[in-house]
Amino acid sequence: MSSFRCFVQCGNMAGLELLSDQGYRLDGRKSTELRKVQARMGVFAQADGSAYLEQGNTKALAVVYGPHEMRGSRSRTLHDRAVINCQYSMATFSMSERKRRPHGDRKSTEMSLHLKQTFEAAVMTQLYPRSQIDIYVKILQSDGGNYSVCVNAATLAVIDAGIPMLDYVCASTVGFVDETPLADLCYAEESGGVSSLALALLPRGGQIALLQMDARLHQDNLEALMDAAMTACKGVSKVLDQVVRQHLQEASLATGD
Amino acid sequence: MKETPLSNCERDFLLKAIQEKKRLDGRQTYDYRKLKIMFGTDFGCCFVELGKTRVMAQVSCELVAPKENRPNEGIMFFNIELSPMASPAFEQGRQSELSVKLNRQLERCLRNSKCIDLESLCVVSGEKVWQIRVDVHMLNHDGNLMDAASIAAIASLCHFRRPDVGIQGDEVTVYSPNERDPIPLSIYHMPISVSFAFFQQGTYLLVDPCEREERVMDGLLMIAMNKHREICSIQSSGGIMLLKEQVMRCSKIASVKVSEITKLIMKALENDKTARKAGGKCGFAESMPQERITALKKDETAVEMTDVTERANDIVLNAEVLPQTSQSLLVPLPGMGQVGKDLPNSWGIEEYDQDEEEAFNSDEDKQTTMEVGEKQKAHDVVEISDSEEDEVVILQPEAMDKAHKKTSSSSHLKEPAASKKRHRK
Repeated sequence: MSSFRCFVQCGNMAGLELLSDQGYRLDGRKSTELRKVQARMGVFAQADGSAYLEQGNTKALAVVYGPHEMRGSRSRTLHDRAVINCQYSMATFSMSERKRRPHGDRKSTEMSLHLKQTFEAAVMTQLYPRSQIDIYVKILQSDGGNYSVCVNAATLAVIDAGIPMLDYVCASTVGFVDETPLADLCYAEESGGVSSLALALLPRGGQIALLQMDARLHQDNLEALMDAAMTACKGVSKVLDQVVRQHLQEASLATGD
Repeated sequence: MKETPLSNCERDFLLKAIQEKKRLDGRQTYDYRKLKIMFGTDFGCCFVELGKTRVMAQVSCELVAPKENRPNEGIMFFNIELSPMASPAFEQGRQSELSVKLNRQLERCLRNSKCIDLESLCVVSGEKVWQIRVDVHMLNHDGNLMDAASIAAIASLCHFRRPDVGIQGDEVTVYSPNERDPIPLSIYHMPISVSFAFFQQGTYLLVDPCEREERVMDGLLMIAMNKHREICSIQSSGGIMLLKEQVMRCSKIASVKVSEITKLIMKALENDKTARKAGGKCGFAESMPQERITALKKDETAVEMTDVTERANDIVLNAEVLPQTSQSLLVPLPGMGQVGKDLPNSWGIEEYDQDEEEAFNSDEDKQTTMEVGEKQKAHDVVEISDSEEDEVVILQPEAMDKAHKKTSSSSHLKEPAASKKRHRK
């Protein structure tokens, strides 16, 4: 469809209409529609937990190791809970221009910090004192909403690893165009100068684990945008729940329960 | 260097005070600390004091080639330096998590919100554009570095003047400040960040946390807004769970604070402009006539003195009468005085009393002889003799109690432990 267009890196997107008069977006979705989510758990045998998640054209792999003994600096051990260590990286082939530095640059470090913060809020770390949980996420193909896809993939991986969490952590990126909130932005919409809000939510309690917003948005529109983000997250949580149950069914069939 | 850990009692004290809506420096929950903005002699140099947090920002510019995908836009570059002079926890050269976080937040607050017209920085499209570089240095860390840094950065950008450029055909001439007046940057709006600290899983929130409050907080919410009530950036950090209502409330508080701070920045800019126009000396040295800019100074605090004498007299009259304690001075040896009671010797070592006992005044003697008399009436077991070598003390429970009574009523230089022996001269 218009997926090819999304990969073209344009400096000026004024020509393309992000929201048509009939309410259709660039890829034909309505303003509240999410992209198609496909996921699979237990992708790797070596890791304690792993998951692969696709949201539209954005593809992410998440791998979890742990809880295990603290590696590296022993001095960072916490006596009453586990330390969560996250690393976010993008594959060099993930964007239309080859990414020269997948790790270590400021954006990746910031993303890793945000992921760590999100999961520290959701994972029940008090059950594993003096240990470490590693979460590694890699973006294989980037088409907008990187952070949200990472969080969703990492949630599945943590569940696959059997680490208890308070609730599913679902995230989505929403934007604001022409007084309408658009759910689940793709790359073309994100780079079009739209104010985007990334929100990580624990759906049952409605608690926000992480809130991040860029670009100008009038204060009066904030509430509408946050509501749209929370609805989108709840939609994602339903899909993730379905994926988990299906995976369990397959696993129990395989072990002959 | 690892920073000193916060003691548990300090943490408990801070949290308890916050529960009672009290802050260390007496502020209200939504109050900012005293904010001072000063400009230096060079254009683009700004010095911000938020309470004791001190931050300095400097803007500089350079002609460079533009980025390939944006050939007619200038480049903005931000850098926050957490210099070790600000806090012992900051290390030179290491890019710590805090440094990355602050840098990214400032970038998102100022760059993504497009506060500066980048196209006006273009000189020759595709070849030469202005690169504006903002360097922010932390000089003293007393909490809320982000707010101070954002105020310093935007104030210095507003203060900055870039050299004028003339284009004639293919020739580009950059005029020095002496030839032509430098021109200011075109700034659309001024985004300013406001930080909220959350405590006790989001039950209590404080605006503009100081360093101690930052240490005990659960998480931080940073909202950057401009005075037109447009939100430029929101960032929650620290692993707290927020509710939508809390975020909405914070954004309302932030809009009020931002308009106040924007007024202050505009006023400071105005003052600086009038000072420069008048030809007077401007800059840091003049903004603080008496005290040096680099010194820690304490502002005068006003103390209410209206009816101090009456209040003091009232307190004295209504106070309870203090118990009269006899603090007679003992002089066991010439040159040695003793007032008050000594604690019983808990070493368990028998001490040999020496001739100092001789100097006990008669009252003490009378007291002790009285008690000895009592004891001897009870049972004639304990013998009190003058010889130092030969001491036989048989401890019995009643004797122990009486012995304790004796120690409490008389004062000694060296006191034996449970075993009581007394030399009476």
